[in-house]
Amino acid sequence: MNVKAKAKKSIPASRQREVPGQDLKWIGQNMKRVEDPRLLVGEGEYADDIALANMLHAAVLASPHAHARIISIDVSKALALPGVHAVMTGEEVAKVTGPLPCFGSPPVEQRCVALGKVRHVGEPVAIVAADSRYIAEDAVGLIEVEYEQLPVVADLREAVHAKGAAVLHPERGDNNIALQRSFKFGTVDEDFANAKTIVKRTLRWPRSGAQPLETCGAVADFNRGSGKFTVHCNTSMYNYVGWLWAVSLNVPAHKLNIVPTMAGGSFGSKLFLHKVPIIAATLARKTGRPVKYLEDRLENLSSCDHHGSDRYYECELALDADNNMTALKCDVIDDYGAYFQFGIGHHGNALSQITGPYKIRSVEANITAVLTNKCQQGAYRGFGSEVSNFVLERMVDAACDELNLDRLAFRRQNFIKKAEFPYFIPTGNLYDSGDYEAVMDKAVGMLDLEGWRKKQAEALKEGRYIGIGLATCQERSVFSSTEFWSLNNVPGFTLTSSAEGVSVKLDALGNAVVKLQAPFWGNSPETMAVQILAEQLQLAPSAISVAYADTDSGLSGTGPGGSRYTVMIAGALVGASKIIRNKLFLLAGHLLQAGKDKLELRDGKVMVKGTEQGMSIADIAMQAHFFRLSFPDEPEFDTGLDANYTYDHPLTTLPSDDRTDLGIFYPIMGHMCHMPVIEVDIETGKITFLDYVAVHDCGTIVNPMTLAGHVRGGTAQGVGTALYEQYDYDEQGQFRSGSYADYLMPKVMEVPPNVRVGHVETPSPFTEYGIKGGGEGGRMGTPPALAGAIEDALRPLGVRIDALPVTPSKLRGLIRQAQAK
Amino acid sequence: MKTSVSLKINGKSYQDDVEPRTLLSDFIRHHAGLKGTHVGCEHGVCGACTVMIDGKTARSCLAFAVQCQDHDITTVESLGTQEELSPLQQGFWEKHGLQCGYCTSGMLMLATELLEHNPTPTRDEIREAISGNLCRCTGYQTIIDSIARAVEIKAGTALEAAE
Ligand code: FES
Ligand code: FES
Repeated sequence: MNVKAKAKKSIPASRQREVPGQDLKWIGQNMKRVEDPRLLVGEGEYADDIALANMLHAAVLASPHAHARIISIDVSKALALPGVHAVMTGEEVAKVTGPLPCFGSPPVEQRCVALGKVRHVGEPVAIVAADSRYIAEDAVGLIEVEYEQLPVVADLREAVHAKGAAVLHPERGDNNIALQRSFKFGTVDEDFANAKTIVKRTLRWPRSGAQPLETCGAVADFNRGSGKFTVHCNTSMYNYVGWLWAVSLNVPAHKLNIVPTMAGGSFGSKLFLHKVPIIAATLARKTGRPVKYLEDRLENLSSCDHHGSDRYYECELALDADNNMTALKCDVIDDYGAYFQFGIGHHGNALSQITGPYKIRSVEANITAVLTNKCQQGAYRGFGSEVSNFVLERMVDAACDELNLDRLAFRRQNFIKKAEFPYFIPTGNLYDSGDYEAVMDKAVGMLDLEGWRKKQAEALKEGRYIGIGLATCQERSVFSSTEFWSLNNVPGFTLTSSAEGVSVKLDALGNAVVKLQAPFWGNSPETMAVQILAEQLQLAPSAISVAYADTDSGLSGTGPGGSRYTVMIAGALVGASKIIRNKLFLLAGHLLQAGKDKLELRDGKVMVKGTEQGMSIADIAMQAHFFRLSFPDEPEFDTGLDANYTYDHPLTTLPSDDRTDLGIFYPIMGHMCHMPVIEVDIETGKITFLDYVAVHDCGTIVNPMTLAGHVRGGTAQGVGTALYEQYDYDEQGQFRSGSYADYLMPKVMEVPPNVRVGHVETPSPFTEYGIKGGGEGGRMGTPPALAGAIEDALRPLGVRIDALPVTPSKLRGLIRQAQAK
Repeated sequence: MKTSVSLKINGKSYQDDVEPRTLLSDFIRHHAGLKGTHVGCEHGVCGACTVMIDGKTARSCLAFAVQCQDHDITTVESLGTQEELSPLQQGFWEKHGLQCGYCTSGMLMLATELLEHNPTPTRDEIREAISGNLCRCTGYQTIIDSIARAVEIKAGTALEAAE
C-alpha cells in the first residue's frame, strides 16, 4: 500500500449531501423508461426527422486517395445541374469558415473540407447543396478533381520513421509523430531492478468504432437578418464545447444556437461532432436556406472522426518474490489517423486506472502518438481505458501462466482491499471506494466455476475445447477534464471543471418540468432525472416531464461522456431540489403557520411532521405563481417556484507541474468481473458462448434494469471488438471496411444468449446517494475476458492471444501454427 | 423526370410525384411523412428500415417506391399508439427491449411477422427471427425477452377475452 503517498496527499472534503443507504422510494427501482412510449411508436425526433421550410440537402465528394495533393477541382458541370444551389471546394469554404476545433496541443489543423491536400480516404473534398439528396449526389459525381498522389503512411510502426512527402502535417515538423511523452510514477526503476520475475508481452489492440445505427447529422439555418445560425444536431456535448463551432464559423458564440435532436446511439462517437454541423452551416450561410447534411454509412465508417484506439504495446510487469505485482511498464504506439482532435486524452483517461484493481506501486508509460493516412480517432465507449484494461488483464493472465498460478487467487492476493479506500494509485488518481473481492466472489458463485471446470475436463476427453475467462477490471466514471490537457507538453486549454446544470420548474399545478443541458443520446437521461427528482421532491414520476435545453437557454453543462451523466445530473437535481424545497417550506410554513424545520415532504404534500396536517404541492404552487400578496413583503416570497443549479465535479485536484502526479481526475471508480464460458470449434475457429456472468459495482444503482442494459449492450460491443470488428486499411491506406458487409458487428447469433448480470453496490463517499457511473463497463471488461477464455480453451494446444480481433480465420491460423509445433 | 407514385401504407393512400429512383424508405419517411421507419445503412444489412410488403418483412432501403404501387405496405405506425401500445410494444417497454430506439421499428416488424406465423415461438425461434437485424445498444437479449413477454401479454388478453 502506498502509505507514503497517502500521508502527504490530502483528499478534498466530500460534498455529498445525500448519503447512501437511505430508505428510498424511487431510486433503485426497475422503473420502465419514460423515453420509451414515443420511441416505440416511431415518434423519436432524430436528426433526419428535422425538416425546415425551403430546406436543401447536402452531399459530400469524398477523397478516393489516402494521401494526395489536390491539383485542381472543376465544379462547373456540378453547378450547372438543375436543382444544385451551391458547390464549395476547400478553398471556397476556407474563405468563410475556419479550421475545425482541436484539443490537441499544439493543434493539428483540420478543415471540414480538405484544403490543398487530402489525408485519408473519405475526407471531404467538395460539398454540394441541392434540392434533394439525390440531386446533390448526382452533382458530386460531376465534380472533376485532379490529384497528385503522395506517399502513404498506413502502418503505425512505420509512421514513427516517416519523413518528407510522407509527412501529413509538415508545419508541425518533418515527422508524423503527433506527440511523444514518457511518464514515470513511483519507483519504477527500483521495482524492476528488484523484481523476482518480469513478464513481457507484445499486444495489439485493433481499430474499431462505435457505429451507432444512426449516423451523424445536422440541419443548419442561417438568418441573414440577425446574422445568427440555428443548428439542429444529434451531438451530445453541445452546451460544453458547442461554442467552438462558432469559432470555426467565424461568428461570436451568441450568434449560434444549437438545438439538440435525439440520437440513435452514440457510444461516445457523437459527443463532440464538428465536421457535419459545420458543413451544413457553411452551406446554409452560402445559400441562405436551411441545409440538412446527414452522413451516409460509408461516410460514417470512413470519415466520422471517431475511430477508436489502435495500439501496439510492449509491456513488462514486475513481480516480487511473493508474486506481488510491483511495477508496470508500457511502451505504446497509438495510431491516431490523420488528425488529432482530442490530443492523447485517451491515454490520460487510461492513466486514471492504469494499475487496475491491483496494488501495483509504480508505473512507466512511454506514449508515442503517430499520424497516419486514416480517419482520425475520437471517442468510443472506454475512451482508451478499455485498452489498458485489456493490456493489464493480459499481463495478469500471462503472469499466472508463467508462474503457474491460479488466476483467481493471484488476483485476490493483489487486489486493493476494501479497507484501503480511498486509495491513491501511482499516477496520482484516487479510487473512491471498492470491494473487489466481493465482486469476484459473486461472479464465481453465479457461474458455478467448479461445475464448469468439470464439464471442461469431460469435454476435452471428447476432443471439445471449452474455456473459462476471467477479467477483473476498473470502470472509471465521472469524467472531469484534466485528461485532455495534462499529458500535453504545452498544456494548452487547461479546463478545470466540467459542470452539469439543470433547471427545474414546478408549474402552477405542481407538476415539474426538468430541463437538461444534454440531449437524449441513446441512454436514459429522462428516466434518471425523473427517478431522482421524484425521490427529491416526493412527486409521482408521472408529474415530471423532461425537456432539453438549446444553447441559447442552456446553463453551463457538459453532457454525457466518461460515464458521468447520472452522477452529475443527480448532483444538479439535488442542488435544485433543495432550493425548491426551501421555497415550498417557506410558503407552506407561512400558510400553515408552522416553522420550516417542522415540515417535511410526503407523497406530493408538504406536511407538518408527525401530524396529518399539510398542503399539497399543487396548492402551494398555485399560491407561489399567482398569489404574491398572500405572503409577507420579503424578497424570498417573490413569485415563482423554480431553480437553476449547476453542479461541479464532485472531486478533482490539479496535476503537479512536473506531471509525476496527475492529481485526482477520475476518482469515481467502478469495478467489474466478467466470466465467459465459451467453446472453440478448432476446425472452424468459431466461438460459441455457453455461459456469461458479468458482475458490476457501480455504487448505488438508480435503475438496475437500465444498468443491466448497459452491461449487456456493452458486452455485445466488447464481443465485437474482441472477435469481429476492425476498420481495415491496406498498405495504400485504402479503406476495406466501407459497408456493414465488411465491418462486421455482432448480430444476435454472435452474442452470448444469456449474459447473467449481477450487481454489488459499494457506494461512493463523494457523490449524491453514492452513485457511480456505469455506461461503459460492458465493453471495458469483455475483450480481456474473452481473450483469456480462448487461451483457457486452447491451453492443450498452447495458443496465446496477443492480438484482437480473434476472428475465426485468425483463430484457425493460430491453431494451425500451434498444431504444427 | 418525376412520376406519380401512390402507395397504400397502413391502409391509407399516399400520392406524390417522385423520381423513379426514389427508395421506398425515402418515400415512407419524406413523402408520406411516416418517420417511424429508420435508415441505418441504406445497403441492406442493418434491417433498421424493415417494413412489411404484402405481409412479408422487407428492407425498404432496397426497394424503389414505384415498385410498390398496388402493394400493401405496413410500418411501425400500424401498431399501437402511445396511449394504447400494442402487446409487442408493451413487451419492449416492460423488458427494456430498446435503448436508443433506432433499430426498434425494424425489430417490431420482424416480431410482428414472427407472431403472425408462430404465435408461441421458443426463444431460439425468436432469435432466429431477429437474426438479420442489427441492434448496437441492447445486446439483443432483452429484445428476445420483450418478444417473449408480448406472447405472454397476448395470451393474457386472450384469456381475459375468453373469461
Ligand atoms: S437501412 Fe435498410 S438495411 Fe440498413
Ligand atoms: S436500441 Fe439502439 S440500435 Fe437497438
